[in-house]
Amino acid sequence: MLNVANMSASYGAIDVLKGISLRVEEGEIVTLIGANGAGKTTTLMCISGLHKPRSGQLTFLGQDIVPMAPHHIVRLGLVQSPEGRKVFPRMTVAENLEMGAYTRRDPDGVKTDYERVYSLFPVLQERKTQPAGTLSGGEQQMLAVGRAMMAKPRLLLLDEPSLGLAPLIVARIFEVIQTLNQQGTTVLLVEQNARMALRIAHRGYVLETGTVTMEGTGVELLADSRVQAAYLGE
Amino acid sequence: MLDTILQQLIIGLTNGMVFALVALGYTMVYGILEFINFAHGDVFMLTSFLALTLVGLFDLQGASGASLAGGLCLVILTCALFGAGLNYVIDRLVYKPLRKAPKLAPLVSAIGVSFILQNLGLFWGGMPLKVFGGGNQAAAPKAFPDILPAHNLLGAGSGLTLMPKDVLVIGASLVVMAALYGVVRFSKLGKAMRATAQDPAAARLMGIDVDQVIGATFLVGGGLAGFAAVIYSLYINTIHYQMGYQNGLYAFTAAVVGGIGNIPGAVLGGLLLGLVRAYSDQFIGAQWQPAVLFGILILILIFRPSGLLGSTAREKV
Ligand SMILES: Nc1ncnc2c1ncn2[C@@H]1O[C@H](COP(=O)(O)OP(=O)(O)O)[C@@H](O)[C@H]1O
Ligand SMILES: [Mg+2]
Repeated sequence: MLNVANMSASYGAIDVLKGISLRVEEGEIVTLIGANGAGKTTTLMCISGLHKPRSGQLTFLGQDIVPMAPHHIVRLGLVQSPEGRKVFPRMTVAENLEMGAYTRRDPDGVKTDYERVYSLFPVLQERKTQPAGTLSGGEQQMLAVGRAMMAKPRLLLLDEPSLGLAPLIVARIFEVIQTLNQQGTTVLLVEQNARMALRIAHRGYVLETGTVTMEGTGVELLADSRVQAAYLGE
Repeated sequence: MLDTILQQLIIGLTNGMVFALVALGYTMVYGILEFINFAHGDVFMLTSFLALTLVGLFDLQGASGASLAGGLCLVILTCALFGAGLNYVIDRLVYKPLRKAPKLAPLVSAIGVSFILQNLGLFWGGMPLKVFGGGNQAAAPKAFPDILPAHNLLGAGSGLTLMPKDVLVIGASLVVMAALYGVVRFSKLGKAMRATAQDPAAARLMGIDVDQVIGATFLVGGGLAGFAAVIYSLYINTIHYQMGYQNGLYAFTAAVVGGIGNIPGAVLGGLLLGLVRAYSDQFIGAQWQPAVLFGILILILIFRPSGLLGSTAREKV
């Protein structure tokens, strides 16, 4: 579904991605784990078209997405919930969700998806008319995931949805990610919380300073002694 | 005394509406690009030259009834479209290529565009049209004819004067502002504008074509300036190729005092500036206007550096 081949990216003179390759097949949850600064966010920004790779190929559903503008990429069904949530703070919860559905032309489907988001995260319905900036961190994360769901993604990119959240809320978010996947959404999950991510992922990649150093199924990586030492604190 | 206070209220509100309309264009663009479009006041100025040309073309001086009303509507519409189009073209030709450049580059370019537009205004004022005094003395202020009936709506004997043009300026401005509010609050475009202003990267990730939203913002801001140019000209009855400079700076100040980037703030700032100016002229003296006016505005900024409606409360991260 998504194919990243030999992709390099830099900020000015600093090389951040040094020819990484990864792929995501329809129906999978794939996780990209790695330490802070490894280049995970940069990878997602390149996929979403906000940062242009210096070289390499990016194809989604067989189409070359490197030259595409971000809003075209979203229209293909490749949707990202960014790191740090990035909700629109002075817009209400409902308006934030509406922005998620910005590219859609099927009002009935959008309506169904509001219900779907509200049933997965009832707290969002309670806070519907509140500015998003007044929500707690956990609620904002739920909103960010819900907002991305409103775009009806075929492939959902999630950048550190567990960042800075209490364990109970993290568990809830991961539960929702699995539910979405079972309902047909393919997921590429970037995480520093490697244990949780590998547990729900079909496959995973380990990114170290801009290079993919390991890959395997979730189970394989969880059992790998190098992964355990470096990312699972064992 | 009461009559004096009320009279200055009318004067302050009418002037304030013009500042507010121009301030909206500064604030909306700033809200999205964090960029001061210094040419904005000159879009306002140049459109007033178009307004005067059209008044001559449609022969509105001395017209009355339906032909006056129809002609005036046509002038307003054409000028709003012209202001919108001019502002849009300036953005596409000059600012857009500099979007990723260091901030001083678009700023200096905007100052450059401001001078170029003044030059165009000077040229326009020199055209051999009757309404421009036949084209002699291009640089001289141009009289804008009083095309609205000049009688006191409150009766000739009243100590208070309310002219049709006062009602037009205040009424039409309120309608335009209400329409703007509706668009920004409820329309898809308005929501996209707010989202882009609050977080452009996140807006892109939602599939919003940010470049298109920026273009729409310049269109709306320019349209407001074009509309303001007509009502200003009708009200003040003089236009001049350099009038964009002072009015632009006043409107920009109003936008900052109201809270730059904040739409209701621009209206509040504009009205406040108009009112303070009117009362200061009346009770302190017109020769002290700039000192009093800007003294008060600086005081406001000392106590509220982000402006009256600017966000001071930090948002939860
Ligand atoms: N906008 C930027 N400008 C310059 N350097 C950046 C920028 N964003 C990230 N970097 C650098 O790129 C590297 C990778 O960052 P990032 O992709 O955010 O990593 P991760 O998401 O894995 O923590 C880091 O060294 C970071 O400092
Ligand atoms: Mg990151």
